[in-house]
Formats: sequence, structure tokens, C-alpha cells
Amino acid sequence: MRHLIDPLDFNMEETGRLLELAAGILQRPGDYAHCCDGKILATLFFEPSTRTRLSFESAMLRLGGQVLGFSSAGSSSASKGESVADTIRMISGYADIAAMRHFKEGAPFVAARYSKIPVVNAGDGGHQHPTQTLTDLFTIRRKRGEIGNLTIGLCGDLKFGRTVHSLIKSLVRYENVRFVLISPEELRTPGYIVKEVLEPSGHSFNEARKIEEVMPELDVLYMTRVQRERFFNEEDYVRLKDSYILTPEKLKSAKKDLVIMHPLPRVNEIDKLVDEDPRAMYFEQARGGVFVRMALILALLGLEPEVLDP
Amino acid sequence: MLNIDSIENGIVIDHITAGRGMRVYELLDLQKLDTCVAIIRNARSSKFGKKDIIKIEGLTDIDLDVLGFIDDHATVCVIRDGELIEKKQPKLPKKLVNIVSCKNPRCITSVEDVDQVFTLCDGERHRYRCQYCEQVLEEAR
Repeated sequence: MRHLIDPLDFNMEETGRLLELAAGILQRPGDYAHCCDGKILATLFFEPSTRTRLSFESAMLRLGGQVLGFSSAGSSSASKGESVADTIRMISGYADIAAMRHFKEGAPFVAARYSKIPVVNAGDGGHQHPTQTLTDLFTIRRKRGEIGNLTIGLCGDLKFGRTVHSLIKSLVRYENVRFVLISPEELRTPGYIVKEVLEPSGHSFNEARKIEEVMPELDVLYMTRVQRERFFNEEDYVRLKDSYILTPEKLKSAKKDLVIMHPLPRVNEIDKLVDEDPRAMYFEQARGGVFVRMALILALLGLEPEVLDP
Repeated sequence: MLNIDSIENGIVIDHITAGRGMRVYELLDLQKLDTCVAIIRNARSSKFGKKDIIKIEGLTDIDLDVLGFIDDHATVCVIRDGELIEKKQPKLPKKLVNIVSCKNPRCITSVEDVDQVFTLCDGERHRYRCQYCEQVLEEAR
């Protein structure tokens, strides 16, 4: 039985076939409307989340399956002190597949060890969020036809942003990917990502302090939020925050086929005027997440047996 | 020169990097033994200048993974009837199981009763990561 706990749990071929399936579902959703008739997805959300939980639920409902679960730790037996191991053992008898979000890092990993049904990590603290990574890869593939051969600018909080770390780890597996890491000094990419992931990969990467300086080079711009609470003092935050806000003005020098992405929720790091730009893909990216999760559910339940290696 | 009796049967852990002797003593749980244990700190070493040594009477085996994690330069000498019968060199272990604990308060191991497992991610710099949260082990060796 397979689980998805870490973005690298699926090899490149498996990831490619999964994204291919997601693209097929997007083209012909009706063909898949009853694939999960009689199947149940448990959404175990020990931490609140709007988009991720709803997209998992939407995915299962669109496949004809049903959904049960809880949306906060307070409404689960965790509030009575039940362990993750016991919770998943119990849920294994109630559902066919589980999506788990937990505030403790590594909780879905523990769940997978005790589970009798496939477990999907739907986000564990500041650690991993593999379905977001698959969604990001799906968006790049849809818009560019392939995942490799691109220059990607990752902009904003590169220090704490888990989506950025997971995306870098996944993208280094593809050919000819160049990384431009755009962040304030305070929120630079952690040393271990550079030393253990980027440098050994042999891919070229460079750091920049301003989006404008590198905009013309980029094929993909992945925006993240620069959060006030990450700064030691208000002065630095005020000084730096505007440098990491994407505006139509800054996009003037960008390529015509640039793909602008954001894992959402967006606060103010992308000016609302950019939403009208045809290169803005972040809402489309979020929509794509449903098809990726539909493909994932089918693959993990063995209903599309050719996607994952035995 | 301080004189410590040689042992008849037991183990001598030699060439411990000076200053790590107590850590070896703690992590090998030697305080639980009721046999004679001697810790010699800052002994003269022709190779390193200074070294720590631990002599344990009556013990025939120790956890080489624990020792390798703290100090893979140490040497384990097994003594029987006053003779050195075997020398062992600990290696940096690929995995640490229930030797040290994850210090990340957000890690599941802080609340769930599971094994504490770390895997070696960078042998050159002796860096380990928690199997669950992947946080680097900051533990002083």
C-alpha cells in the first residue's frame, strides 16, 4: 500500500503519470464521475484549513465518493488525548483513504505506519505539503507543456516557506531548471536547502534582492507572502515589504508567457490589479489542485493501477 | 602521572576526544553498572595532545552506534584475562534509534509515544535529521 507523506515519495515517472491523469480528468471530468462510488475519504484536519480540506472533499465528491471527518483538533478525539496511531487505526475501519493535516510535524508519517488505508499528508506544521507541490508542478506542466527547461523565480519568504522548499526539492529532479531566489536578507533560503539540495543537484541558482532586477529572465514567478511577524523590527518590515509586492508596473519587463503562481492565501503581496493579467495563474493553480487530488485518490486506491509502481 | 589499575576482564574505550568522556558515559548508561568504571579526562596523548579514556570492568560489549555517534575516533579494546583480545573502531552510524531525542517542539515525537529515530544526512559534517520532522539534530556530541 502506498501513501503520500513527502513530495519525493513518488518518483519522477510516477509523478509524471499522476499529472497526466490529472490532465485527463480536467479534460473529461464526466468520465471519472463514478470512479469512487461507494468509497469514503476521511479528512482528518487537526488544524483548520479552508482550501486544502475543501479541495480534497471536492475531489472525492467529484469522483462519486463520500467524505467524513473533522476540521479541528477540538472536534476530534485528540482533545481527549488520543494518539495519532490510535486515531488512524480506528479511521482505517471507517474509510478507504485518509487526508491528514496536523500541527505536529511528522504526524502523517506516524499515521502511515499504523494505517491500513492510504494516508495523504495534507500539511504537517511547517514541514511538508506534498499535494501543494504536486499542484504547483501540475500548473507549470499545464502552462509550459513540460516541467524542465525553465528559469523559476521564487520570491518572498524563502526561509520559512514550506511550499518553496518542497518545490525546490521536486524541481531539482528535472532537467535544465534555473533557480532565482528573490528574498530580503532576513528571509533567504536556508543553508541546508542550498547545501543539501541545490548545490548537489548541479542546477544553476542565484540570489537577488529585487524582483525588477531579474524579471526579464523568468519563465515562472512563484510568489509567497512576506509576513510581518518574521521580522525582528517593524522598521525592517516597512522598508522591505514593498520590494516583494508584485504590481503591474514591475511586470512590464516580464516575458509575455510568464507564469505567475502563488500557493494562496494571498494577502497583499500581489496587487489585485495583477489578477486581470492573463499571466496570473494562481486561481487557476488552486482549481488545478482539485484535479491533482482526484488523480491522487484514484492512484492511491488502486483504481488507476498504472500510475504508481507496484 | 595519575595511576589507574589496568583491568583483567572488561572494556577500555581509548582515544576519546578530550572533553567527550562524560558524554560517552551518559549515553552508554554506564551509571547503571555496579562494576568498577573509571573515567580519565585529559590524559596525555601522543597523537592528539589530550584524550579521555573510560575503563569498564566486567563488561564485554557496548553499543558501538552510540559511541560512533559521539566519537567515531575512539577505540574499543576488549580485555580478557588481562590481555587485549580485540580492538573495535566505531563508525558513524547511519541511523540513531532511541539514543537522543528531537528538540523540535513542533515534532510529533514531542507528544506521541514513538521511537526517536534520526538518519545521517551529511557524514562529513556529522549531521543527522529527525525521521519525523526532518529537523537537524543540534545535540552537542
